Order: sequence, then C-alpha cells, then structure tokens
Amino acid sequence: MTAARQSPLARRRVRTAWLFLAPMLFVLAVVAVWPFLRTVYYSFTDASLADLDARQWVGFDNYFSVLSMPSGRVLYDGLLVDPVWWRAVWNTVRFAVVSVACETVLGMVVALALNAEFRGRGIVRAAILIPWAIPTIVSAKMWQWMLNDQFGIINAALLGLGLIHAKIAWTASADTAMIAVLIVDIWKTTPFMALLILAALQMLPREIVEVAKLDGASPWQVFWWVTLPLIRPAVMVAVIFRALDALRIFDLIYVLTPNNVQTKSMSVFARENLFEFDKFAYGSAASTLLFLIIGLLTIAYIRIGRLSLEGGR
Amino acid sequence: MKLASAFLALAVGVLLAAGPSGAVELSIVSGDTGNGIKVLREILDRYEKKSGNKVDIVVIPPSTTDQFGQFRLWLAAGSSDIDVYQTDVIWAPQLASQLVDLTAATRDVVGEHFPSIIKSQTVNGRLVALPIFTDAPALYYRKDLLDKYGAKVPTTWKELADTAKLVMNKERAAGNKDIWGFVFQGNAYEGLTCNALEWVMSNGGGGIIEPDGGISIDNPHAAAALDMVKGWIGTIAPPGVLAYQEEEARGVWQTGNAVFMRNWPYAYALGNSENSPIKGKFDVAPLPAGSGEGDRPVATLGGWNLAVSKYSKHPEAAIDLVKFIASREMQKYRTLKTSNLPTIAALYDDPDIARQQPIVPRWKQIFLNAQPRPSATARIKYNEASSQFWTAVHNTISGQGSAADNLADLEARLTKLKGKGW
Repeated sequence: MTAARQSPLARRRVRTAWLFLAPMLFVLAVVAVWPFLRTVYYSFTDASLADLDARQWVGFDNYFSVLSMPSGRVLYDGLLVDPVWWRAVWNTVRFAVVSVACETVLGMVVALALNAEFRGRGIVRAAILIPWAIPTIVSAKMWQWMLNDQFGIINAALLGLGLIHAKIAWTASADTAMIAVLIVDIWKTTPFMALLILAALQMLPREIVEVAKLDGASPWQVFWWVTLPLIRPAVMVAVIFRALDALRIFDLIYVLTPNNVQTKSMSVFARENLFEFDKFAYGSAASTLLFLIIGLLTIAYIRIGRLSLEGGR
Repeated sequence: MKLASAFLALAVGVLLAAGPSGAVELSIVSGDTGNGIKVLREILDRYEKKSGNKVDIVVIPPSTTDQFGQFRLWLAAGSSDIDVYQTDVIWAPQLASQLVDLTAATRDVVGEHFPSIIKSQTVNGRLVALPIFTDAPALYYRKDLLDKYGAKVPTTWKELADTAKLVMNKERAAGNKDIWGFVFQGNAYEGLTCNALEWVMSNGGGGIIEPDGGISIDNPHAAAALDMVKGWIGTIAPPGVLAYQEEEARGVWQTGNAVFMRNWPYAYALGNSENSPIKGKFDVAPLPAGSGEGDRPVATLGGWNLAVSKYSKHPEAAIDLVKFIASREMQKYRTLKTSNLPTIAALYDDPDIARQQPIVPRWKQIFLNAQPRPSATARIKYNEASSQFWTAVHNTISGQGSAADNLADLEARLTKLKGKGW
C-alpha cells in the first residue's frame, strides 16, 4: 500500500486521521516523550538536584566507568556493575513473574465463575471489583495494619485457627517481606485480570461450547481445547498490561517495605537515588535502564507469545 | 452613574474581602508524629490571631527519610506552595542552598538558644533553620513491672537484655501472653541509624564516620554490638521490630506490651495522657552502655527546626511565623503539651515544665552530651552514607550475613562513596 497508489479519498482519510490524532500526540509528546528525553539526557550528566543548572556532560560514566588507581588497581564503577541495582532488577522481575502468573490463574478462575449464570451475579461482579477500585496507597496502608505483627488481624486469625503458633512479622522478616507484597498485589489486581478475561469469555459464541459438549467433551476438555484457545489473545493482552504495571511497581513497596533490600524494586531504587541521595544523574540512568529493561522484556514476550497487537493472530 | 457606583461597590467589596492590608496565606509542612500536629495547629491559631495571617499545615508521613525526599523534590522544582519546612537536625548542609538565611532576622533571639544547636543549623555562616525543639532518646521502662519482680533499672545493655528476659518470661507465665521485653526502631530508615549509632558507640565501636572524615565502622566492637542486637530479635524484641519506626514501637509500648522501649521524649507526655493504659506506670532512664571498660551511654542527637524556602512568595511573613513558633512562650507551650525538649536554655529551669513534664529538666545533661550523627562531616553525601549504614545494620540484625562481613563491606562502600573527600 504505497502512497502513490492511494486514491484521493484514501489520502483524505489519512489526513483526517492524523488531524484527529494530533491533540493526543501533542499531549503525549509533552507529558511522556519530553520528560523521557530529559531523563535520558540527565543520565549522561552529573546533575545534582541541589543545583540542576551546574550539570556537566559526563558521557557513559553513570552507566559504566573504569577508574585506574595510581596503585595500579583498576576499579569498575557505574550502574551496570552496581550489585544493589541488579538486586533491584531481580526483585522486580521475580515480583512481576510471580504476581502476574498468580493473577492470571486466579483471574481466570474468577472469570469462569462469573461467566456462569446464577442469581445475584451482578452484585458479585461489582463486589469483586472493589479491591481494584481502592487507591493503592489506601489498600497498602490497610494491609500494613492487617499484617502488623502485634495487632494485625491476619496473625490473630491464623493464630485462632491454629495454623501458626507464633505471630509472624510479615513486612519485617526477610523471608516474608516479598510474600507480603505479593499477597497485597495479587489481592488488588486479580479483579482487573478477571474483568478482562470475563470480557473475552462473553464474546465467545455459546454454540461452540454446546457443540463440544454434545460431542461428549468433559468440562475440562471444553475449557482446555475450546475456551482457552479462543480467549488466548485477550489473555495475552491482559498479561501484557499487568506485566508492564508490575515491572514498574512502586507505590505498594514504598508503603509496605520502603527501604528493605529484599523487596526494593527498580522504581524504588531510582526514586531513592533521584531524590534522597545526591545522585540525580545516577537515578536518571536507573530510570533509563528501567525503561530499556521493560521495553526489552515486552518485546521478548510479544515475540515468544507470537502476539500480534494489530488484531487477529 | 449607576454602573459606576456598582463598580465602586464591587471594588470596595473586593478590598474588604482581602482583609487587612498585608495579610497573607502561608503554608507549613510537618511530619505527623504523636500529637505534634495537633499542638502545632494550636500554636498556629494563636499566630493567626496575633498577625492576621492565615497558616495551613501540610501534613506528611512521620518517616524522616520519606520527608526528606519530598522536601528535596519541592525545593528542586522551586515550588512556592510551601513557605516553611520543618526540618530534621541533619538536613541543614543538604538543603542549605535553597533556604533563606535567617541570620539577620533572628539576631535578637538567637542568643537564647543553645549555641550547639544554632551551630548545627549554620552552614557557611548562614543560619538556615531556627530550632523549635531538640531530641535525645530515653530508655523507657515499666516501673511497676520492674518493682514487681525486684529488678533494678539497667545501666548496661547486658543488664537490659537479662532484665527484659526475666520480666517478660515471668509476665508471660502469669498469663500476659503478648508482652515483649524491649522495643526500638529497627526498620530500615534514618531511625535505625540513630539506634545503631547508640549501640555501636556505647560499646566502644566509634561514630561510623569520625569528625576528621575517617571511616571507623569496620571494627570488632561495632560487630559485637550488632551481634548483641541480633540476639535480641525474636527473644526479647518481637521479630516485627525490624519494621518498627517510632510510632510502631510506641504502639506496642503504650498498649502495655513492652517492658522497655527506646524512644524520643515525645512518648513521655503521650504515655501519661488521660486514656493511656500505662499512665503513671513508667519512668525514663538514660540509655544503657556496653559492659567494657570506658564504655559510656550514648544518645543520638535529634531535633527539629523551621526553615524558610527560598521560593516562598512571602519570606518576611514566613520568617515572622518561624520566629513566633520558635519563641520562648511557644516552646514552653509545646513542651507542656508534648514533652519535646526545648532549645532555649532558660526553659529547663521553668517551674511549670518541671512540674508537668519532669523528664525535661532531667534530660538537659543527656541532651547536652548527645552525639550528633556524622551529617556535618559527610555533608551532601550524608543521606547515602546513612542509608548504607542502616542497610548493613538491618541486614545483620535480620540475619542476612554476619556482622563482621557486613561491616567490612560497609567500610568499602563508604570509602568508595567518600572518594577524594566528603
């Protein structure tokens, strides 16, 4: 479809399309592209928040630099050799994989249940969305109290049921801090997954399922061989949405376990360097790498999932 | 004619609505700890009545680490939304360039304050913040429980651990299942730096970064101190203490579930407030010291100050407000309500304060001997140095690596951070 062969009508339609897109592109350029380019630029300087105007261009030093000491020792410096950063990357990726996997499975279960006909379905559908509707900061604070080691209702309930014999310090202990964050995130975003999958389920023609049943397929076979392949594209898109969200996790961890090495995510690392330490440029470099890592992971996912974002499969 | 008079009426109306000439709206930002915000509001009400200006409080979370990040962001953006910042004693060198110099405006009152505090807020000859209260922590103990089991107030960490264990075990055997021996601030944040500096230094482990800039943290005394604390977790201190800040520790303490607590003086007034379950049942003592020869108790110097933003649209009014809140009368008012330590020497001899908040005159010596964190030495790199210190400490006491390894690692990191100099 080259421009030369387009009819005048098609050309006019393309022009109109650009006209309609222009306001959005403009807004995106102002609120996303420009700040992003600034961040990338700052990552190549030695900018400090105390005096941004005094910055100097330092090239790739924030990412990687080699220092030769007079003693002959060679030191490597920069984000690419910073173990704290790689720990944060690993924390984030691990968090994203586990949380999105759990949310997809649970969301699927909830969606299948909600897709069935039963009395009061409307109310249940609305009720299940509540965790998603609560602002993250509020739900994180709420869970912080519920997970409190001394007064928290979770410990009280588990103790009462005899499942644990001593109160667990959920957000404090190195072993459970990540689990606590995962529990809250899964609780919060499963409804979102359920909703997207439910939407896909409702688009399925009933006849296909009924034909399969007539042919004697068990409910499991129907789900595995009929329903799942048909809703797969929608699920894949939902997973992308959630994965992008999970890879830039910030608010939940910032409230629950702000400075804990076990749960520090890439975004928390970037913020810490940007604003708390006198390392605005280093934090900018972390933000830039965060963007690249999320971008690469997304491209890899789309390739592996053979997912076409232009519709169809 | 009619139209003109209508305009005139409108103009007069607008002028009246604007209030007395020169009245301005100010905003002050402060963290929310204990009853601090309530008392600040009461003080501001008086200021509003006296000056005709209006002051809004912007309330932010109590963690000083979080506050600093937000303040830095506002200041870097040149925001004029905040006129007055309530700043931690350690921040002056890091924020100085964006704060107004108060030297000239406070010449008449600065002499009333302790010179050491004024010095801590003076950067390159500019006084960047005026102190409103100072802080030196106390060991809170349950008088009733110690008496019940015939234990005396501990003066060493070893005694503290033994007494805590004894009282806790006997109380638990008597049916008080939720009681713990000792609570402190073990979360990974600036408060842990304060706590850990006390453990390390009172055991002869030095001050992390010494005044000459040398890094001293990698030594056996410091490692032994951290090993001692690691031994407390889960035995005399609840495992959750690793996530406690001041208010979480006070929550356990004030519900009567701890024998000892390390906290700042603000918890004194709250513990004795009307509906507190431990009202009248506790007292305070200086923090314990190590058991080695020459070990002495160490209290980390805290304290809060008011600074005027360089970007304020009403700097004169803001300076006026700062001077009002820091004034002798208002410091006395605050101390009576919150048991915060005043920064004006004369108030330690005030009979009303001595009667209502007896901790205050007793704490004068402790505050005067309090140990500053190495913020004046590490200057603009202090936050990162402190973060590396509390990370190493938190790792150690939560069982991630040995004290000796973590401190050796910390020394290497601090050396790298220091580079050619602080």
